[in-house]
Amino acid sequence: MRRDIFQAIADPTRRAIIVLIALQAMTPNAIAEHFDTSRQAISKHLRILTECELVKQEQQGREIFYSLEIDKMKEIDQWLEQFKKIWESKFNQLDNLLSTIKKQKK
Amino acid sequence: MNSNLQFDFIVDKETKTVNVKREFNAGLALVWDAWTKPELLDQWWAPKPYQNKTKSMDFREGGTWLYCMISPENEIHWCKNDYLKIENHKSYSGLDAFCDENGVINEAMPRTMWTNIFTEKNDITLVNITAKYNSLADLEMVINMGFKEGFTMGLNQLDVLLSSIK
Repeated sequence: MRRDIFQAIADPTRRAIIVLIALQAMTPNAIAEHFDTSRQAISKHLRILTECELVKQEQQGREIFYSLEIDKMKEIDQWLEQFKKIWESKFNQLDNLLSTIKKQKK
Repeated sequence: MNSNLQFDFIVDKETKTVNVKREFNAGLALVWDAWTKPELLDQWWAPKPYQNKTKSMDFREGGTWLYCMISPENEIHWCKNDYLKIENHKSYSGLDAFCDENGVINEAMPRTMWTNIFTEKNDITLVNITAKYNSLADLEMVINMGFKEGFTMGLNQLDVLLSSIK
């Protein structure tokens, strides 16, 4: 099964988890307290987020803390930037076309 | 591009829409033609270095624009746009699709709902584009489809951008 950031952010609970741990590293129990779903469900989301390399785990004593991989989040912006570049390229071509037509009409 | 012209690019990850607003330095009638007449569309629709070629165009509600984009390596991607609602010189909406040369839709690829609204002020035309996706993964797929080669240049600029915001 394909695991990437787009799968990670496709789910609203996972998006909410991302927002939570963006501020500070948290244990699964602390994360689960913010949701009505079961601890198991949160663990599953954390596993997917980990497999997508969007979060990292850190052992502190007996607890595991989850935190966000900021660089991975940048991939999303990078990908959107590609989309923007397509449009920029097309619009610049249209600019040229419009000015050519306007000159011809004069 | 004239730097005084507006270019907004807003991605709403929650509603899975991309909203693009772009001004063009020309009157509405001409800009409208550029977006709806195949002989003009073919001159700008495909991002460089792709070439755009229209097979058929039927610009009316229920009609279809069938075209292809040709890569420098002569790879051909067929696309179409099914027009849903048209208000002449005001707006049009449609559903795009990847397909074959006969317009048979590739069901594995996502379709996007487009709405384009045209307004003019002082001989400058604003085009307000809204693209609605079923999922963000869909949007990613559309980008990956056939456009990769053209991006090397854009990505270099992106590297600069990313390093500046780090």
